[in-house]
Amino acid sequence: MTGAAGADRARVVGGAIVVLSIAAALLAPVLGPHGPGDQFPGLLNAPPTRPHLAGDDGSWHRPFIYRWRLVDRLEQRYEEDRSARVPLHWFAGGHLASSSDDRTAPLMLLGADSFGRDVWSRLLFGARASLGIAIVAALGSVLLGATIGGFAGYAGGTADDVLMRGTDFIMVLPAMYVVLALRSVLPLVLAPTAVFLLLTGIFAIIGAPFMARGVRAIVRTERDLDYSTAARALGASGARVVFRHLLPAARGFIGVEMTLLVPAFVVAEATLSYIGLGFPDPIASWGTMLHDASNVRVFVDFPWLLSPALAMFAVVLGLNLTLQGRATGVESMR
Amino acid sequence: MARYAIRRLAFSLFLVVAVSSAAFVLARLAPGDYVSTAFGIEAHRDTVEQARERLGLNKPILVQYGNWLAAALRFDFGRSLQYDRPVIELIPERAANTALLAVTAIVLATAIGIPLGVVAGSRRGAVSSAIAAASLVLLSMPPLLTSLFLLFMAARTGWFPIAGMRSAAPAYGPFLDVIYHLVIPAAAIGLPLAAMLERLQAQATSEAVAQPFVAATLARGIPRARVIWRDALKPSLRSVTSVYGLIVGTLLSGSFAVEVVAAWPGLGSLMLDALRARDVYLVAGCAGAGAIFLASGTLVSDIALALVDPRAREQ
Repeated sequence: MTGAAGADRARVVGGAIVVLSIAAALLAPVLGPHGPGDQFPGLLNAPPTRPHLAGDDGSWHRPFIYRWRLVDRLEQRYEEDRSARVPLHWFAGGHLASSSDDRTAPLMLLGADSFGRDVWSRLLFGARASLGIAIVAALGSVLLGATIGGFAGYAGGTADDVLMRGTDFIMVLPAMYVVLALRSVLPLVLAPTAVFLLLTGIFAIIGAPFMARGVRAIVRTERDLDYSTAARALGASGARVVFRHLLPAARGFIGVEMTLLVPAFVVAEATLSYIGLGFPDPIASWGTMLHDASNVRVFVDFPWLLSPALAMFAVVLGLNLTLQGRATGVESMR
Repeated sequence: MARYAIRRLAFSLFLVVAVSSAAFVLARLAPGDYVSTAFGIEAHRDTVEQARERLGLNKPILVQYGNWLAAALRFDFGRSLQYDRPVIELIPERAANTALLAVTAIVLATAIGIPLGVVAGSRRGAVSSAIAAASLVLLSMPPLLTSLFLLFMAARTGWFPIAGMRSAAPAYGPFLDVIYHLVIPAAAIGLPLAAMLERLQAQATSEAVAQPFVAATLARGIPRARVIWRDALKPSLRSVTSVYGLIVGTLLSGSFAVEVVAAWPGLGSLMLDALRARDVYLVAGCAGAGAIFLASGTLVSDIALALVDPRAREQ
């Protein structure tokens, strides 16, 4: 991207992707015709249903779909049953669009997974888990990191030294291994809420040092400026000076850093769930969905099961675009 | 310089001891142990107790840790519980596989990222924009996604193997066979890294090119290409070199994801197996080996930085 105009345009596009993803996650029950756990046992690994407008004879109709007919049970190959059109219903039962015959011909825009669940609906519900965990964890990192960094920068001396050595140490470690080691302290299979809390906690600890270092540097410079001396002279307590006067100076930095941490956490959740240490199976998250897609046949015969990877790419790209012209993105890889 | 190197060495030692100790204690703190995982719930209580006794798992954590540490200082890292072989025999092969993967990835990343960064940073226009856009896309594809994408392409085209490190019947000898299997995992780690290095190098190059000495050199009639690729490259490489220390951690994290996705038999997948089986000695051994990687990587990059940039020695 060259020039300020290009960077501006990139930021707008990126922001739009991010906002749309979050909106899609929030509106999951409306945009998705099915629940994340609804199964269609007759449609295991069925391909995406394509909405049609024109019938076989070239006549035009309101949007409709065809039923899938199982051609080969062993290879799970399906064929469109062109004998009957199944019209789509709009705004029926609180769903934006759904099939008029949901039992035998469900609308599955991204096909079905190996349990016969609607991938599109799961993708939307999965966004809640994946984005939710990443955003909460990033907020946790901000809280933890800003407190540590603010304190270290303001106090200086030994406390500063000790805290910064600690953050340096955590930053040097390979994040994935630390997550793995911390994760394995608890039983391998946990309830979804426990997983959510545990993962946000671990991610917050991993992300905090990046936040703390930058905040500390900013607080250190701001601390000796006149306005902060004036606040102290007027009798403000140390905590008040830090939280009221110094941390706002780090706002820009905190924003950029959060934008880098969110994608890192989305990917970390996916990696953990991929290896089976994240969310337990029936819960939809992008990681658990990829876990279900981890076999060779998927690449060749059921590529729609990889759509969570695409969704993840879109979100990470969107967040990176919002940073165009600002940061280089060293931390985005951790 | 010598003092600096010694201090760094001491830190490395601390890193290895601290990381493997932490891994040991964490793995031991976890609910259940190797015996309960391996024997299942139907085992007779006496059998279980005997096994615990034999493996030393019935002692308090601190005693176990003390024994393990004392032995580890004599280079005896215990026996793996699940493989019933000394940990020291299991790790080198896997560590070498991870090292091969990581080193290939970083060489690839450097060879692609740095030159493209110089090009993108030293000129404006379509080429520069195209490189920046490609980097942005790759930066948004961390190793997990890149490896899935590359494996997808490989499965569709059949050009590259999609898992493992060796074929059962290699067509062109064992060495080329490993290289053939290495392409996708190494690219999966190397490409996002290349994008990161490209962005950093582009930034550093554009800053270096803007400095007065570059204008002065150009004014003396030195060819532009020579100025960019020699005179401006030196100061810009200095700032990029400092990032290599941080990359080592990133590299190991990325390698973990790729080892799992592409079934590369490395340290990460060994540690995952060990954690699942609650094989505490093997966990600690893997963590220690990982820490040695990390320590030697940061050590090499720090010393390289100190050689390139005298200011770094003062810290």
